[in-house]
Amino acid sequence: MKMNNVILKTTVQVSFFIIFLFSIHIFLAGHFAPGGGFVGGLLTASALVLLLLTYDIKTVQKLLPINYMMMTAVGLALALGTASISVFFGDAFFKHYFSHFEIPLLGNTELHTAMLFDSGVYLVVVGVTMIIIQSIGGDE
Amino acid sequence: MEVVMAFVIGFLFMAAVYLILSKSILRIIIGTSLLSHGAHLLILTMGGLDGEAPPVLADGVTNMADPLPQALILTAIVISFGVTAFFLVLAYRAYQELGTDNMDEIRGKLSDD
Amino acid sequence: MINFLLLPILIPFATAIILMFAPKKITFQRTVSMIGLIAATVASFTLIQRVHTLGIQVVTFGNWPEPFGITIVADMMATILVTTSIVIALFTVWYSFRSIGIEREQFFYYPGVLLMITGVNGAFLTGDIFNLFVFFEVLLMASYLLSVIGGEKKQLKESIKYILVNVVSSALFVITVALLYSVVGTLNMADISVKIAEIGQPGIITTIGVLFLIVFGLKAAIFPLFFWLPSSYAAPPIPVIALFGALLTKVGVYAITRTYTLFFVHDIAFTHTLLLVLSCLTILAGCIGALSTFNVKNIIIYNVVIAVGVILFGVAQMNEEGLMGAMFYITHDMLIKAALFFLVGIIVVITGTANLKKMGGLIKTFPVLGWTYLIAAFGLAGIPPLSGFIGKMLIVKGGLEAGNIWSSLWILLSSLVVLLSVIRIFIYAFWGEEKTIVPLAERKSYKALLIPSVLLVAITVFYGVGAEWITPYMQDAVDVLIDPSVYTDAVLKE
Repeated sequence: MKMNNVILKTTVQVSFFIIFLFSIHIFLAGHFAPGGGFVGGLLTASALVLLLLTYDIKTVQKLLPINYMMMTAVGLALALGTASISVFFGDAFFKHYFSHFEIPLLGNTELHTAMLFDSGVYLVVVGVTMIIIQSIGGDE
Repeated sequence: MEVVMAFVIGFLFMAAVYLILSKSILRIIIGTSLLSHGAHLLILTMGGLDGEAPPVLADGVTNMADPLPQALILTAIVISFGVTAFFLVLAYRAYQELGTDNMDEIRGKLSDD
Repeated sequence: MINFLLLPILIPFATAIILMFAPKKITFQRTVSMIGLIAATVASFTLIQRVHTLGIQVVTFGNWPEPFGITIVADMMATILVTTSIVIALFTVWYSFRSIGIEREQFFYYPGVLLMITGVNGAFLTGDIFNLFVFFEVLLMASYLLSVIGGEKKQLKESIKYILVNVVSSALFVITVALLYSVVGTLNMADISVKIAEIGQPGIITTIGVLFLIVFGLKAAIFPLFFWLPSSYAAPPIPVIALFGALLTKVGVYAITRTYTLFFVHDIAFTHTLLLVLSCLTILAGCIGALSTFNVKNIIIYNVVIAVGVILFGVAQMNEEGLMGAMFYITHDMLIKAALFFLVGIIVVITGTANLKKMGGLIKTFPVLGWTYLIAAFGLAGIPPLSGFIGKMLIVKGGLEAGNIWSSLWILLSSLVVLLSVIRIFIYAFWGEEKTIVPLAERKSYKALLIPSVLLVAITVFYGVGAEWITPYMQDAVDVLIDPSVYTDAVLKE
């Protein structure tokens, strides 16, 4: 499908980054407010789909040479790994740990292992969505 | 409120059944997603609609919503998202291979061979 | 190690993740999946021993107090089924090396099998009704992948219907769980059992019980919900059929058994009579199907339906003999069905057809295959001392004890039909005049396929002969099924 839409291309160059940053915001907000890995992942995927719509798959693959299958596998491994941490401390599976840390620039921040699990979910959602979109949109 | 929800859920189920019984695969897939929407609304209703505040521990809030149905719905939505996506891919592949989206034409019969 | 009982779920899952990193390297795929499954087998046998000596194992995710977190419960019934399914997966993967084809192996076949095992084991072990739904979906998603993998026209046709049936039944599952939650206000299976006992199973709970029967009946293929099974199972390649036929329906049967021995035990006169009638009709439908076809695959597939009926007949008795028989029979059936599908697969490979009328005289060229098949067929029909005998005998004994004389006779009669249907394959394929066989060059895989099949049949023979040693473990399983309080006390730690 050849399409030369100047308006779409110009807007997407800006809006892709806005959507992507917003998805990161939603992802990080998920800890105390609505949001999280699933929603964030879907938003990122939708930004990527917007790119796919504007340019063709080959261009996007050149821009972002990501193997989405690998991304899904890494995400699953991250999620499973985080859930298994507690096994080594003798706690039940899926027990999460958190503590407050002094981090330069950010000040007193709460770090939670649930965040790691959520980033696994994020990667899986982006990976799976993109695999599905590509497998339908891939052929002409 | 429960009565309104009952009607909404019933309507969704009705539409879903109608669509699932039609012949085009695409309509069937839309029907299954409507069916799962109805089921999710049913969970919400069955969990009780009386809570007013979000289920987050905060000072001075006593009338909280039941968090469990929301967690169930989120899980069910994720699952139905995955299944619907897979179903769409499969329907597309089948359309390419078989050249039809009519369920009548992909009817199978057990054969001896 | 409070988390030990999770290993049969986690090992296949972790192995599947590792496999996803290098989908195209076949040697890597084969070795890693074999190593993972062997590790899982060891873990599950250890788990059986732990449950036998230490009692029911319970862990709740995230150290939450029961009944709030997601609980995983390993009682003996679940553990035995988990072990059996892992063993079957091990043999299926071994059998797949030479039969599934390189294209499928490179397209996530092994991760699919392992994810399905993750879902199956999770469904057996979970102690939370919504988590059961989640694990059902995991195993269904994997089974969707396995049923379309390869992308033949027939597979695409059939998997659309297979997915549609399962999507509808999943939606029904969610609806039923929602209704149950609104009545009892909990999702922990032990807690649900206690709450239902407190309110004494009013009509609404019985209705939910029947809804559960519909939901799980669609998976287990009971009458009249078995309609989707024969054609969907006939489409994929043999190793996948073996996995589906041995495991997927049994998960449905397990779920019916669990709910009907743990939740809905206060109105047996209605619920279990319904189950009894349906199981007899299931057997009838399966028998008609098995005798109606000349396709070797379909004959065994219809035998899956018959077996579901026999197991549920045992469950419907709700006495010790019946449940013990059901436990013996379900394990036997999982093993023997996988073995029969393997053997039938070999027959299809060497004759190049699944049509019985086009086969003949194989016994002269393939004596080992013929006699192994005969042993497996006798085992399926329940000829002593082979594996089907003890289960069926106990089921019929339980039926007679509960006063269901006619239906027990019906079970005995069905054994004859089962024997007839599988012996027909032996007579048509192995006796008579030799007909066309695929040339030698194209059936190099014969020996490679025969070894796992013969070993699996040998295991079923040991299972039948060694029933004496297995009985104490089965007794542990039945103790829980007979008395729900054993389960609830172990989970809620009262």
